Order: sequence, then C-alpha cells, then structure tokens
Amino acid sequence: MNSDCVVVMGSNMAECHPVAFQWVVESQKRGGKLVHVDPRFTRTSALADLHIPLRAGSDIAFLGGLIHYVLENHRYFRDYMVNYTNAATIIDEHFLDTEDLDGFFSGWNQDQGMYENRTWQYRGGSVWAAAGQRTAPPPQGEGVVVAGEVPFEDPSLEDPHCVFQLLRRHFSRYTEEMVERTCGVPAAQFRRLAELICDSSGPERTTCFVYAVGWTQHTVGVQYIRTAAILQLLLGNMGRPGGGILALRGHANIQGATDIATLFDVLPGYLPMPMAQDATDLDGFCRPHGGAAGGYWGNLKAYLVSLLKAYWGDAATADNQFAFNYLPRLTGDHSTYQSTLGMVDGTVKGFFVLGENPAVGSAHGTLHRRGLRNLDWLVVRDLYEIETASFWRDSPEVAAGEVRSEEIGTEVFLLPAAAHTEKDGSFTNTQRLLQWHERAVDPAGDRRSELWFAYWLGRRIREKLERRRLDRDRPILDLTWDYPLEGEQQEPRAEAVLREISGVAADGSPLPGLGALRDDGSTSSGTWIYCGAFAGGQNQAARRRPHWEQSWVAPEWGWAWPMNRRVLYNRASADPSGQPWSERKRYLAWDPELGRWTGPDVPDFPVDRAPTYQPPPGASAENSLPGDRPFVMQADGRGWLFAPSGLLDGPLPTHYEPQESPTHNPLYEQEANPARQLFRRPDNPYHPTAGEEGADRFPFVMTTYRLTEHHTAGGMSRFLARLSQLQPEMFCEVSPELAELRQLRHGGWATIVTERASIEARVLVTARLTPLRVQGQQVHQVGLPYHWGSRGLVRGDSANDLFPLVLDPNVHIQEVKAATCDVRPGRRADQAPS
Amino acid sequence: MPFEARRWPVWRQVTGRDLLGLGGTSTSNLTEVRTARTASADRVAPSICPYCAVGCGQLVYVRQGEVTQIEGDPASPLSRGRLCPKGAASRELVNSPLRELKVKYRRPHGTSWEEISLDSAMEMIADRVIATRDATFEEVDQQGRPLRRTMGIASLGGATIDNEENYLWRKLMVGLGVVQVENQARI
Repeated sequence: MNSDCVVVMGSNMAECHPVAFQWVVESQKRGGKLVHVDPRFTRTSALADLHIPLRAGSDIAFLGGLIHYVLENHRYFRDYMVNYTNAATIIDEHFLDTEDLDGFFSGWNQDQGMYENRTWQYRGGSVWAAAGQRTAPPPQGEGVVVAGEVPFEDPSLEDPHCVFQLLRRHFSRYTEEMVERTCGVPAAQFRRLAELICDSSGPERTTCFVYAVGWTQHTVGVQYIRTAAILQLLLGNMGRPGGGILALRGHANIQGATDIATLFDVLPGYLPMPMAQDATDLDGFCRPHGGAAGGYWGNLKAYLVSLLKAYWGDAATADNQFAFNYLPRLTGDHSTYQSTLGMVDGTVKGFFVLGENPAVGSAHGTLHRRGLRNLDWLVVRDLYEIETASFWRDSPEVAAGEVRSEEIGTEVFLLPAAAHTEKDGSFTNTQRLLQWHERAVDPAGDRRSELWFAYWLGRRIREKLERRRLDRDRPILDLTWDYPLEGEQQEPRAEAVLREISGVAADGSPLPGLGALRDDGSTSSGTWIYCGAFAGGQNQAARRRPHWEQSWVAPEWGWAWPMNRRVLYNRASADPSGQPWSERKRYLAWDPELGRWTGPDVPDFPVDRAPTYQPPPGASAENSLPGDRPFVMQADGRGWLFAPSGLLDGPLPTHYEPQESPTHNPLYEQEANPARQLFRRPDNPYHPTAGEEGADRFPFVMTTYRLTEHHTAGGMSRFLARLSQLQPEMFCEVSPELAELRQLRHGGWATIVTERASIEARVLVTARLTPLRVQGQQVHQVGLPYHWGSRGLVRGDSANDLFPLVLDPNVHIQEVKAATCDVRPGRRADQAPS
Repeated sequence: MPFEARRWPVWRQVTGRDLLGLGGTSTSNLTEVRTARTASADRVAPSICPYCAVGCGQLVYVRQGEVTQIEGDPASPLSRGRLCPKGAASRELVNSPLRELKVKYRRPHGTSWEEISLDSAMEMIADRVIATRDATFEEVDQQGRPLRRTMGIASLGGATIDNEENYLWRKLMVGLGVVQVENQARI
C-alpha cells in the first residue's frame, strides 16, 4: 500500500493471492506503479503498468542486470548502503569469483561436488550465518564474529577486495544486451523497468518485490531471492515502509509449519538440528568456535535450553545438559525427496502424511507412487480420500494395468481429519502474523484434529514403552505430555500448547517476550521467536480489534513474531542518527528527549538503544552491535550483499541454466548450478541439455502454475462442486505460434511428453504466451496448472509427473518452474478413446 | 388478467413505480419468508481462511451445531471482509458429503477399504510405530558417535494444520527419534 513501485516476479499475485492483491491496487490508486515480470500474461499483468515476459529460469540474469544498472549508473542509495550493508567490508584476498573461474567460485571440490567456503570469509574475522547452512557441510572456516572483533572495512569503497568492488566485477557482464540474449527481454523494455525502479527508490520513495514459488522452485532458487536482496539493499528498500521482499506463501500455515518446525534440519525457531559430527556438549554446540556470535543469535544457548525445557521439563537439568543429547542426530540431507527415494529403496518403511498430497503435489509423481507401493504402512490424515491414500486402487499405474492392487503390500490407514471450523488453533500467515481460529462445531464421527492425533498416539506409545525400561525410550518417556483434555472427544486444549510454545518462567508465569529467555534452565519456551504470543496469560493471536479502531499498522489484530513486530529490520527506516530518511517514509524515529524510539511499530532492538550506542568491551549478542546496525540477526548487524557463509552454492548469485534448458549458458562455460542436488538413477532420467545429442527431442520450456479456483494438489478444491465447475479440466497454455508448429487445436487435446511421463491436457491457444528470442533462437514456453489427479469431482493428469528430481542445494526444493518437454497433438497413447 | 401474470416482475416493473427494477419488483413471496443464514445463526465463531497464507478473516455462522455460512470478516485489516472463490467455498469444504467420516483401512494386498474403529486404528498405528522404530533404530554411527534415531519412519505435512499441531507432532517425532519430518515448505 505504501510502495511507490511493486515488482511482482515469480508470482501471479492477482490470481493466486487475490485478496492480498487489493493492497497492490491501493498502492496504484496512490500513484504507485505495478510491474509484472513473468513468462505468462495473466490477470496480474493485465493490471500492471508494465508486463515483461521473460524466459522461465533466467531471473538471476534479469535481476543481475538490474544490479549492474544500479551500480554502473550510481543509482544506489549511498548513505544506506555504506552504513547498513557490508558493501565496505573487505573479503579474504584469496577469494576468486565466477569471472575468474568461468562459473565457479574459489573453494570448489569436484570430488565432493561442494564448496569449501574458507576464502569467502571477511578479512580479520569470520562470520556465522544468521540462517541457512550452519551444519552441512562440516563448518570449515565457518565461525562467528566474536564480540569486539572488527573485520576490515573501506568506507571509500575503493579497495579492490571490498564487497562493493567484488559486486561490480561479478555483475560486470550482466548488461542489458546480455539480459536480452539470456532472458529474451528487449533492452529498451529492460531499461524502462530499471529506470522506474531506481526512480521509485531512495530517501523519499520505496520499491518492493513480491515473489512466490516462481522464484523458489529452481536449482538456484535461494540465489534468486539473494539477487533481489542485493538489489533491495543497494537501493535502500529494506526495513522501510513500502519496501522489502515479500514472499507469498501458498498454504494457510506454511509459515508456521516452517517456524515451529516440521522440517528435518531445524528445530522450532530455526535452531539448528545437531549433526552427528557436532559437539555432544551443549556449550560446544552453541559456541562452535569458542565465542558467541554477535546479534541475536548470540543468545542461541538461551533459546535452545528454553526449548529443551519445554520438551523435557524436569528431566532437563543442568547436570544432563538439559537433555541436549536426547535430540536425534542428522547425518546429511533427510528432506522429503530423500525419504521418497528411501521408500523406493526399502529403507523407509512407515510414512505419515498429514494434510499433504505428494502423489500429485510433488515433482516426479510416478516415483512417489512407486515409493508408496513399497511401504510397510502408511497413515494418511485428510478431509477427503486423496490420491496419496488411494494410490493402491486408482493411481495411473493401476489404471494402466502396470500394477495390480493385489501386488501392493502397503497397509493403509485413512483417518478423517477435523476441519479448521472444528478445532481451536493458530495459523501464521505469509507476513508472520499469528491468527487464531475458534472451534465453531465439534467434529463428527471419527474426525479428529491433528492435536488429538499427536497427543493420543503419543500417549498410547508411551504407555506401551513404559514397561520395557530401555535407554532409547527415555526421550519419548520423559517428554512433558500433560495437556488439559476437553469434551467428549478428550481434545487437548490448544491454548495450553500455545502457552508452552510462548513460554513460562520457573514459577509457571507466562513470559513477556524473548528478552526474558535464559540459558540456565529457569525459563521454558517451545519456540523462542513465538515467545510472548501468550504474554500476560492472554492468547495474543486471538486479538481481533477491527482495523477501523486502530492505526494502519493494526498492531492489535493477531500477533506477529517476533515481539509483535510488523516490519523486520525497521531500524533501517531511520538514518544512522535515528531520524527518518524523509517525512514521506517516516516509520521509526529516535526521540532524544524521551530517550527512546517512537513510531507505529515495535522496534527491532531494545526500545531505548540510542543511535550513538557503542558496545562496551565484553558485550555479547544484540548488545555487541552498535546503535546504527539494523540487521540485528546478522553477526555484524549489516545486510549482506556478499554472503561469506550460510550458502552452499556461492557468496554471490550467478546465472545458471536450469538442469534442462534449450540454450547454453551465455555467461559461463559451466551450464547449471554446480552444487545442485542430482539423483542420477534409472528411475529419474534427465533430458540432454542444449547441444547434447537428443536435446532436440525436448525442444520446449515448460513451467507449472496455479489457478484461482483450485488449491495446490487439489485435496481441498477438486472435491468441491463449485470450484470444480469453475475449473473443470486440466489444460495446457500454448502460444498461437507453437500451436501452428505442433498442429494443436484450441479446445482439442495435446500430450506433453518427457522422459518421466506423458500426460494429456486440453489445449488453450492464447497470445498470453509469446515465443521469445533467446540467443538467436526462438524459445516456446508451455504453461501447465498442476492441480489435477485421479480423484475428485474433476479429474485429469498431474503436471508434476513430468518433472525429474533435481534440487536446490541449500533448501532441497525441486525445479518445477523450468524444464524441457515436447508437445504433441492428440491424447496419450494408453488413453482409451472416450 | 389472472393473478399469476400480475405477479410477473416485468409487468410489475412497468405498471408499478419501479422502472429500474431495483425496488419492490425484485421481490417475491419467497423473499418475504426467507431470512439470511447469517441472521438465523445462534453463534458466530471468528476464524481464518484455511486455503492460502494471506490469512483472510472469516466469520463462521453456526445454527444448532452445524456450520450454516462462512463469510469474510470485515474487521480484518488484511482482507477487509473479502474472500476469493476458494475462501468463499469453504462452507462446502467443511460440509461436503464427500468428506471422510469414518476410519478406512486397507490391509496389505487388499483390493478394497474396510471399516475399523478409530480406537483399533490408533492401537495398530502405535504398534506399527514401535515395531518399525525398534527394527530400524540407530544408536550410534560407524564411528561410534550418538545418533539416537530411526530412518525407517518419515512424516510429511504441516502447512495445512495449526501451529499447535505442528509443534506437538514435531515434539513427538523428536522424542521417538524420527528425523525425517517435513512439510509443504520443501516443495
């Protein structure tokens, strides 16, 4: 709403997040501009001031072009950049760039297929990443900025090893001509956008970027977002009203599930899961190099001990290191695609699926269904009988006669779940806001909440294990597992769980916030970033003061983590002296008379932390950062243009081609991200890349997307009559040129073919897709919604079946936004005429 | 003229004082006797849309223990009362006759679902977890370092369920030593 320019890229916001899009329209009414950069022309494009179609998979080249434009035309926000980012920091002189090594950074180990990041470090002090890979690979060279340790800097930005100069050199060839060749975007159009973004940034104005899975589902997905982060830091658009990089997430509680955390590599609040090679003593784990990190991560031990107390209560004592060694250990990537391969290979035998539908929603569905067929037992909890529960009787493989039900040995339990109207609980939305939903009615029949299921399954297992007195069972038997039960169904009280998540002091009183957490076992908090969600014994997430009764920031609606803060890193909304950069963009400001920060939001640091604060000797954690360092989670308090640690595929984003691409990488000899996760096995074939023999069999680029009327893998929409009527059939979008080339008729059938699968779809011939000129050749793109499966009121083939498993190395997310395919007229061969 | 024809809206629009058809002519006898489901509810529960992560406010109208209507909540500073087609369809999501009501069980190599009680299902699942965990438990790695885990069990899902549910589920999994716990954020 406060943005002067909104750039939507990697998202079709108007159709996939329509209600949030009203705020983009509001910003336009106030004179703001909207730009949509996307392979397809959609309803978002229709309302945009500028739509730029680009080749799927080329976004880093595009954004890198913008960085190049900003740097070479001196359009950066110099005061912001010099003070608030690591532009002036000097990097180890042994660092070598992709410009030096033709697509590799220094430290590449060809045998292991991974980087060793010692040469990426700051000169004079190594740093610990605030997020990302702290554990795998082994943290060689990864350290912490110990309080008082000051890396070398050159505020004049002239030192050839300072980040600013490294950045200039790294992006020196990302010119508008290169953007045109790589992305298929005409240089004049690109320049128009670059000027618009620069004109809409600075002390008086702000630009924001909005993305969704169009940026994440790539083998360089994390680096897509890093590229945007660099651009936004150069332009001074972080931590300010109307700025930022906003992720539009697709599920009601995908943010909360990430935070709290049903992910293998993090414990609640992004605390790292210990690896086998990590220290087994708590202090050694929290201070791997003998010193505490600067910034809030310096309190890691307080956060972790509070979690261990929440998990194990009285069984977590100072004598047993608060049960730190009750935590199981990791030995590598244990993400969901590895589990799938484990099922296929027979190592994973039991599988729980809670409100997800991987048989349709995950890449390479064929492989997933093969894994499901090889399990001993499967528990599916859902509202409807989804494909993941019914694979043994109506999957495409069974329908085609490749497998018979009798041959499948998997024991399947389908347990009906309670809906959101049938249970109390909180969702965390895409902007970190916890909102409570109340139970309106009791669930009927065998329907139960996951809270009920987790509690009662745990209780049964504990009762069975209690008798046998095995050491391995101590962690499960010692868990605190006392929750008040309510009603006929004996439902655990959700507010009691939220209270545990938020945290209590030794006397049982609710904690006011994360500043109260201690590392001596006197506090307990299940998720440190959620500490304070139950402050004062009140369910803060349930607050619903109408927006017309409060400021535009609406701090009394729900509760945002951390500390009910609505804009992160909001110290950056003021200049180093604490005054607003401009009246127009006023947010937080230092009041010297009151000796505190004032404004409509909760400051991202102690409210009385003066802009002139200098850490005294021996200060730790947040107190080790001077009063003009806004990025309080970073060890040096600065926004990282250059990431010395935390990423497995380089300290700077680099354009790499997708695993499957119709063209060569125009910038480097190295085609794709060298650190990407590949699974070379017969059941996961990859297409030849450009220039290799057979590449011409799959000449087109395909990309997947969502429709307004359906939800992800369809489990919550294909069973609903109205939504099914609105979008009844799987289709593919092709341009008139491609339709002519492949003899496709609008409304007729097409078969989309890859080495993994062939699927059929109705043909939608539309000028919304346009062929692009990329390196002198014409590239056609095919758009595929991915909602359909073998069940529901409307049925169709699943687009995800077409894709291989190939992942981003940092976050193990699959590349389904760009791969190659062929398109043929007519239905697939095994489809009986109907 | 027969009575029915005189009730014909176009006739009433032309002969009455409602040329634009926005007044009394757009009503019928049914209009008089019908009331909105929002008016007849005996309870309204504040709620949040279960689809995407925008988090639009919902008001769930309940009458005699049944959800009769779900509307956007105008008080929400995020959504200001609006819902998209999916959010607007959420009454059908929770009330659909296609929703599962009873536990379904498919035995190994079976060709159809069987009905079993929720209690038996819970008992069987608890037994399966313990057996698989015991058969695959890893106390230490090859170098003797503690692992304290099982790689024989995996879990997927979490983005469609509540924070409290994710928290409790992960807590249980950590206690059991199940490390392969994942959700939709990975896709």
